[in-house]
Amino acid sequence: MKADIRVALTGNPNTGKSSLFNILTGLNQKIGNFPGVTVDKKIGYSTLPDGRRAEIIDLPGTYSLYPKSKDESIVFSVLADKANTATPDLVVVVLDATNLKRNLLLYTQIADLKIPVIVALNMMDLARKAGIQINVDEFAKKLGVPVIPIAARKGEGIEQLKQAIAYANKVALQQDTIDVTAFAPALIAQISEEIEVEHPYYALQLAHQHEHLSFLTPAQSDRIESLEQEHSFHSQKAQAAETIARYNFINDLLYDTVKTPETAHHETFSNKIDHILTHRVWGFVIFLGILLFIFQSIFAWSSYPMDLIEALFVWAEEGLRSIMPAGILTSLLVDGVLAGLSGVLVFIPQIAILFVFISILEDTGYMARVTFMMDKLMRKVGLSGKSVVPLIGGFACAVPSIMGTRTIENWKDRMITIMVTPLVTCSARLPVYTLLIALVVPNRNVWWIFNLQGLVLTGMYLFSLISAIIVAFVFKFILKARERGYFIMELPVYRAPRWKNVLFSMYDRSKTFVLEAGKVIIAVSIILWVLASYGPGNRFEQIDQKYSSPEYTKSLAPDAFSRMVASEKLENSYAGMLGHAIEPVIRPLGFDWKIGIALITSFAAREVFVGTMATIYSVEGDTDNVQSLKEKMDSARNPQTGQPVFTVAVAFSLMVFYAFAMQCASTVAVVYRETKNWKWPVIQLAYMTTLAYVASFITYTLLK
Amino acid sequence: MDLSQLEVGQTGVVKEFTDLEMSVKLMEMGCLPGETIRVVRVAPLGDPIAVNVSGYQLSLRKLEASTIILHSTQN
Repeated sequence: MKADIRVALTGNPNTGKSSLFNILTGLNQKIGNFPGVTVDKKIGYSTLPDGRRAEIIDLPGTYSLYPKSKDESIVFSVLADKANTATPDLVVVVLDATNLKRNLLLYTQIADLKIPVIVALNMMDLARKAGIQINVDEFAKKLGVPVIPIAARKGEGIEQLKQAIAYANKVALQQDTIDVTAFAPALIAQISEEIEVEHPYYALQLAHQHEHLSFLTPAQSDRIESLEQEHSFHSQKAQAAETIARYNFINDLLYDTVKTPETAHHETFSNKIDHILTHRVWGFVIFLGILLFIFQSIFAWSSYPMDLIEALFVWAEEGLRSIMPAGILTSLLVDGVLAGLSGVLVFIPQIAILFVFISILEDTGYMARVTFMMDKLMRKVGLSGKSVVPLIGGFACAVPSIMGTRTIENWKDRMITIMVTPLVTCSARLPVYTLLIALVVPNRNVWWIFNLQGLVLTGMYLFSLISAIIVAFVFKFILKARERGYFIMELPVYRAPRWKNVLFSMYDRSKTFVLEAGKVIIAVSIILWVLASYGPGNRFEQIDQKYSSPEYTKSLAPDAFSRMVASEKLENSYAGMLGHAIEPVIRPLGFDWKIGIALITSFAAREVFVGTMATIYSVEGDTDNVQSLKEKMDSARNPQTGQPVFTVAVAFSLMVFYAFAMQCASTVAVVYRETKNWKWPVIQLAYMTTLAYVASFITYTLLK
Repeated sequence: MDLSQLEVGQTGVVKEFTDLEMSVKLMEMGCLPGETIRVVRVAPLGDPIAVNVSGYQLSLRKLEASTIILHSTQN
């Protein structure tokens, strides 16, 4: 979509920037990528009062232009790179009116880049309530920019803001805030001249950040580096001096324009909540309780929509079969594409519910408290308090969780979190566990209220968390720290969740899951279909010939007959051959060639297991019919011994294998995307596969 | 005296920082020389701590708090 003006939203974290973004753009938003980097770019469109279209870019929240994390590093790149397609014509700096001092630091930095700026003074309602008096006119006059008081949560002042965006100047008119050149006069002059930048603060920022800026050529970056050496420029010292100078400017400004009473009262309300929620005993009890509640809800609430989605696919598959002529194309569409699609879409309810909960926990400010409570514990095993959020998210899906690790500033903490997140029981393992548990664990109650099957499932979840922690602990000694880790973090005031934000976030993340995982799963389903539908040479014809003889057609019921044909064809297909080929390797784990096929196919996505099992055990009605698949697997016998194939030992060995193995192509892809180095996904794949093999072997040997 | 030595509920005024890298991050977050800082809470496991400074709440590890030197006359 073409826009007449491009507007970037910037501001500190927790200033209501995303509320404003949602209100300005409504449902009209999408997630893209900034050119050259993997940080998500949230853009939306807004119609201005004069009828023009504005493209709104939501930049990650940051306290200053000096980045602390990967997410934040995008802000300066976007604002500064004149050639970038995302470079804005206008920046709206969102300031929290209840905490102007700290918020203004970022404003003064952006203003000095001399990009046209508008200030949105957000949370004016809260500021009024707290008795903070802001002389907006005087404030605007001193800064030299339009200042629009708004309350994004209540929708106040939005029209005025749009009006201001429409009237915004094409040239920057703001007052200078501080004398930037004073920090490194000669260096700034020389960079300005050689790299041809107009404004001194821009030159100074290049001096600070040139190593991370992709729009500079290597020669330019090297030149800046040598200029720094020449003028003995000390980045941190200059940054400290600049920050102090900026706060002096801000103090003067606020002294003249803002009156703040001594106490802010919603603060104490938050403190009262924290007395309970971060209590040394109740804090953990409540946290565990919330987790339990979330998992109960995921299973309880998702079953109905999941059944519905499955029913829908059964209906669609039957419909397609009845209107299309039987043949290869129909089979590909129904058994390949539709079966694959249903495998992805059926998880949407679970993932959506989990994301709703995670969004609520983040939006209310509770997640920050969890981080605060868990930091010491997590640090012992080489993680950081901030790893808790991705790990919990890993219960839904590792893909968005690994993307979420960008908020972890420290490289080592972030890498370890990425390495262990796929160990956490994600929703794709759930159907595998459910099927196998139903197969070998009796459905009865123990200790009055606990269901044995439920207990085993809970056990698998706990087991995954424990193994993630142990592996993290090992990585703590292997990986070398690149920089010091620190944990300076804002604890935002507790707020009621903004339901619109929660829904948007749920929608965004579910969409990411469907798109990221969906591509792979559909591709795999089609490949699997081809492998399972064709065999080398004329083996299939021979099978058809063999079964066309009267001894089979007469003595067997039609459906039993066709099942037998299908089974034998599968054994002789390419997939069957692959299964047979790896059988010697997996026999020590208790697996036969049929399970082998499922292992191969589910190396792309775990949930393919159930579908593959369904195909292999040739159940009519396809993957949706778990009950009959279960019965089929239950009665499966080893042709040599006559013993059941799925004994307790085999089922548990399989579950343990799925707990550890990296069977998710989407995760491999996202780990590469996030680390920009194939080394990491390869290490991850190798260690997880090894762990899976060894742990399965031990399980099978012990239970056999 | 540094920030990590304060008990919950005690207040101090920031004097200086012993660590340049940390000081830059802290100042960006509004923790500046001359600001009054109050320890509001200690995490259940004894670390990190939560402090009130310049109108909002920050959490930081004790090790990080020990780089913030306070004026000695405060209680």
